[in-house]
Amino acid sequence: MVAGTHQPASSTKTPERAGDTIVGPPASARMAGRRAIVLVGSSVALLVAFLLNVGVGAVSISPIQVVGILLSHAGIQTDIAFTQQQDAVLWAIRLPRVTLGLMVGGGLAISGAALQGVFRNPLAEPGLVGVTSGAAVGAIGMILLGISPFGLLTIPMAAFVGGAIATGVVYLLARQGGRTEVVTLILTGIAINAIAGAATGYLTFLASDQQLRSIVFWSLGSLGGSTWPAVRSIAPFFIIGVLLMLRLSASLNVLVLGESEARHLGVNTERVRIGVIAIAAMLSGASVAVAGIVGFIGLVVPHLIRLIAGPDHRLLVPVSAIGGAALLMMADLVARTIVIPTELPLGVVTATIGGPFFLWLLHRTRRAQGGWG
Amino acid sequence: MLARPLRLMRSLLVLILIVTFVAACGGDDDDSTAAATATSPAAAEATSAPTEPPAEPTETATPEPPEATATTPPASPTTAPTATVEPTVEPTAASGQSLPVTVTDADGVEVTVTDTSRIVVLSGDVAEIVWAVGLGDSVVGTDISATYPEGAAALQNIGYQRTLAAEGILSLDPTLIIGGAAAGPPEVIEQLRATGVPVVIIADATGLDGVGSRIRSVAEALGVAPVGDELATTVDGEIADALALAETAESEPTVLFLYVRGTSTQMIGGIGTTADILIDAAGGIDAGSAANIQGYQPLTAESLVTANPDVLLLLTAGLESIGGVDGLMQIPGVAETPAGQNGNVLDFDDLYLLSMGPRTGQVLHDLILGLHPELGQ
Repeated sequence: MVAGTHQPASSTKTPERAGDTIVGPPASARMAGRRAIVLVGSSVALLVAFLLNVGVGAVSISPIQVVGILLSHAGIQTDIAFTQQQDAVLWAIRLPRVTLGLMVGGGLAISGAALQGVFRNPLAEPGLVGVTSGAAVGAIGMILLGISPFGLLTIPMAAFVGGAIATGVVYLLARQGGRTEVVTLILTGIAINAIAGAATGYLTFLASDQQLRSIVFWSLGSLGGSTWPAVRSIAPFFIIGVLLMLRLSASLNVLVLGESEARHLGVNTERVRIGVIAIAAMLSGASVAVAGIVGFIGLVVPHLIRLIAGPDHRLLVPVSAIGGAALLMMADLVARTIVIPTELPLGVVTATIGGPFFLWLLHRTRRAQGGWG
Repeated sequence: MLARPLRLMRSLLVLILIVTFVAACGGDDDDSTAAATATSPAAAEATSAPTEPPAEPTETATPEPPEATATTPPASPTTAPTATVEPTVEPTAASGQSLPVTVTDADGVEVTVTDTSRIVVLSGDVAEIVWAVGLGDSVVGTDISATYPEGAAALQNIGYQRTLAAEGILSLDPTLIIGGAAAGPPEVIEQLRATGVPVVIIADATGLDGVGSRIRSVAEALGVAPVGDELATTVDGEIADALALAETAESEPTVLFLYVRGTSTQMIGGIGTTADILIDAAGGIDAGSAANIQGYQPLTAESLVTANPDVLLLLTAGLESIGGVDGLMQIPGVAETPAGQNGNVLDFDDLYLLSMGPRTGQVLHDLILGLHPELGQ
């Protein structure tokens, strides 16, 4: 069912040829070919998800009409026929929604992949290390204050700050002697999430009817409020975050070897770690701010990609971003079409798919190598 | 060698079981989370309203002591209670509709309406006004809260006004979208505006004097301002008559408005709620406001006993959702109040009581007779 089943799905495993996976191209042509296949395959999946998403819905638009509408917005008139209604739906509703889905899914998945690498722990994900609940506190606090000193960027900024603080606290508390113990990390994450949950609960208690409705709508996760301004507010965070994460991805391979080995190889482990955590907090914080809490993408996608693409972070990190974007788009397609005319919260869909999948993954990995650390 | 496929089969089976289980529980889980986080009637309504059948517009005063019987027969929808304006059969011929018309809506957005041939109405209270000013036949979509008149109840195809999805609405190809201030989420309203379809949001009434202006705003946006004027004048007259009747009452009962949706959502209404406005106008004391409750707050046994109401006022669908008066008495604290001891419970249809529209004068009249049984004799 899965290619490369001989590859254990774990980032804790030392790469077989540690020497040549650190820097430079892979030694064998086979590897290079596989890289290309994985990259092309995931990009095709993303394209398919994009076309399905812009075409399917209460108003149907054929791929050729999609092209026609997009060209007409670029100022090129074609003789492809489309109605004013299709144009409005595509341009004002679906395109911002798909773009936002791409960024949220890609951002969460790439954060998950990098965090799993940096914590050397397959359970690390934005939710577990506190960034999601911290971002929630920041964003809800800002909704309650009702002020916007930074205009459109206010809520994403607040979410980012909240997420960064929570993640920083988890990191500092869970770290000991240069490494993060799995159990300590999980327990610290749980504790910080509980505290953030209490803060969220308290803020919810203070909220007015109107604020409460936006909080409820928002805490289940949704791309329903996608507008171009929302896309613009998250785009800089996303683009900068992904580029930086890609730059750091080669160093993640070295971190897997362990703290001292990495230092001998000339990698500043502490800087890589802090960098990854900060970028993950930024990406997830911005995602939470525009789409609410969408679970499981950050946890499941990197594992899924690891099954297909192997443990090399230089491939894992970018492909996770592409795969996460595609998966989230598909989940959103389900969310908005399964109960027309209303919509299901996105978080419900991702958890329904992600939960069982993760259980299966757990089962499989235990069979393959007797469990995870 | 045989072990592998067997194991695979087993894990597949487990997976299927899990998926089915999750799917089976999904709805419940979803509801309970929503209910757990929902601490306002509005939010809770969003989760439960869609599952409820549209309530029959009835206002059965539920009198325990026979002398407390409200004497007016329930106004049934068939008696077309909306005053003098007979809904015209051909809305295009509606008393000189003049389009295009430019209005500034409650959000301060300037909207130009050029065509009312396909109207989507986002909420029940506004739908009632649209029908009353004679444009019901042009409506192609309403939300789940539109239970009156029958034409509006028959459509109900865009979901619930607080959890709207833009695409479902646009697929009806509307030429005008009109709704109340509760319509949302706000982002969806923004999306609808971004598509270029005229969107008109009508302000909520903050008092009985706002009912007429709500009717006028809707009529104006539909290009039938004169009709709105006439209807508003009639409704204002009915409200004034009701207020005059309330003046003659000798009793001043303390009334508590309970907003319940099953056992998960139970709130008491207070300052600033529509129920507060109506109870006040009907010559009662709003117990929630007297207890200094802002808007809606969770119902507790303590708060009930502190409010000490003579009468409990509920929505019919809400009362049904907890199993009628018997179920109401099971709520801790209810039986200890004077209202509980005397069985003084009034219930009105959701939209009839709270819509602040064409039937507000009538519902006020009914409420006055319910609160002051001596007037009916």
